[in-house]
Amino acid sequence: MDWDALRVSLWLGAGTIAVLLPCGIWFGRLLAIRQFRGKSLVEALVTVPLVLPPTVLGFYLLVAFGARSPLGQAFQTLVGQSLPFSFQGLMLASAIANIPFVVQPIQRGFEAIPSDVRDAAACCGLTPWQRFLRIEVPLAWPGILTAAILTFAHTLGEFGVVLMVGGNLPGQTRTLSVAIYDRMQAFDDRSAGIMAATLLVIAVATLMLTTTLSRQVSPRRG
Amino acid sequence: MADRRLSVSLRQRTPIPLNVEFTCDPGQILAVFGPSGSGKTTILRSIAGLYCPEHAYIRSGVEIWTETSTRTFAPPHRRTVGVVFQEYALFPHLTARGNVMTALGHRPARERATRADQLLDLVHLSTHHDRRPQQLSGGERQRVAVARALAREPAVLLLDEPFAAVDRTVRRRLQDEIDELRRTLEIPLVLVTHDFDDVVRLATHLLILDRGNAVASGALADLTSRPDLSWLRDAVGLGSVFEARVVRRNPERGLLELAFDGGTLLASDRVLNAGATVRVRIAARDVILATSEPRGLSLHNVLAGRVSALNADPAFEHIIVQINLGGVHLLAEVTRDAIARLDLVGGKQLYALIKSVSINVIPEFRMPPDQGPGPRTKN
Repeated sequence: MDWDALRVSLWLGAGTIAVLLPCGIWFGRLLAIRQFRGKSLVEALVTVPLVLPPTVLGFYLLVAFGARSPLGQAFQTLVGQSLPFSFQGLMLASAIANIPFVVQPIQRGFEAIPSDVRDAAACCGLTPWQRFLRIEVPLAWPGILTAAILTFAHTLGEFGVVLMVGGNLPGQTRTLSVAIYDRMQAFDDRSAGIMAATLLVIAVATLMLTTTLSRQVSPRRG
Repeated sequence: MADRRLSVSLRQRTPIPLNVEFTCDPGQILAVFGPSGSGKTTILRSIAGLYCPEHAYIRSGVEIWTETSTRTFAPPHRRTVGVVFQEYALFPHLTARGNVMTALGHRPARERATRADQLLDLVHLSTHHDRRPQQLSGGERQRVAVARALAREPAVLLLDEPFAAVDRTVRRRLQDEIDELRRTLEIPLVLVTHDFDDVVRLATHLLILDRGNAVASGALADLTSRPDLSWLRDAVGLGSVFEARVVRRNPERGLLELAFDGGTLLASDRVLNAGATVRVRIAARDVILATSEPRGLSLHNVLAGRVSALNADPAFEHIIVQINLGGVHLLAEVTRDAIARLDLVGGKQLYALIKSVSINVIPEFRMPPDQGPGPRTKN
């Protein structure tokens, strides 16, 4: 059992949620309530990571993160570290790969709020922030929860992008799913089996948590 | 009164054409009446600050809410306006009390729950404070929406088709409650509706809207007795509405005696106390004209008056005659042939004949005695 890999996987999952969820809420809400030209194009672009082979996505991310790209250079200057083959780079890549998993459920969640209800909140004297926190977020909560859980589950299972962008550095970028592959290559079936079972347990636990939480949420929605 | 008046002037060509100007004083209910898509809801949304037309001036009392010429625009949460939305737009994740408390942000936190309960009691919803909207009936939801709108202590109350989603019997009761509020609140009420029943029962003033244009506006009695409102004639049929007072009941004869400025009316009997104020609507089609006083008729009401106006619009088959009965104007719809035979011209003396069953008596709301004195939400 590669405990370092488990730790990297869990941190990556949590970190991706932490980075992506606020952005996803902002962007998903924007797509839900604003009408603008080119909206369908933006929605299509958001979905691209979902249909792109992970290796293709990983390749482009690697190019974008590289020392010759403006993003890679900027990160190098600011942090003093290169993005590819680092945990930070991996987290950024993971965040980008998970955009559709976050934006779409959140967008649906906010779209489900009738515009009259938002207007009523304004007419009750709530400021835009109060409306957002007291009315919109509680109502869009099932969507936000789904987004967080999908992201976590998907990050744990991500393989192609991790391998392309992160490489396989123990304790840094070697996640559990990469470690399983690694162990299998070394004919260490026992370790691979333990780690696969660990991922299975986490996946089942996540699903159970979702069911429990959504059951607590749904009576309020009715 | 003028310091709490609502003044509205809206003009725009697209996307929704609008050309209206009106005022509404405290204690008045201005009904904005027109077909679906005539821009009624846009007017309400403009007042609430949810929409800003191209050219707009909206003032509540001394506060200017919208003035496009000076780029003044107060966002909705800064306007003390209460809105009852068409589908009520309650917050589904909050209880009835929570919904009302949301609009009590201007009150200290510890007072809010008590105040919310008071408001829910006020709209006769004393047992359902902890229920969520989906556990409430349509009428109960509407009451929560009204309580929530009142919670802001609004300077203006806006009602968007507030009875569209409830059945007929609940509707009557809710109409009475809104009327009760009008009497106690002393703020301008603007009611948007496409149902003339709401207008006849509730409105003190009327604004008729057709494709964003104000066709006519004024006091209800003045507007309903105008013979030239062809739009109203097409939509609901003409018929004047005026106030009367119950003189006495006569159950043996099945009649109710009413006094109005033009004399006495006998209507079908119903349970009303002597002295009660009622509204009366008499459809123009139900009024028969005679040049001499007829005898030996089954009908009860023969009223003497003068022709005060005629509308012989060639676009219509019939002619609308306005008759002045001691200051109250009645409309009669008659054929061209009748006009010729009776030689009806302006100023001519005649008799208006009305069957007692054709007199639509609408009682004005009175609080049941056990409910105590009228509530005051304005402190």
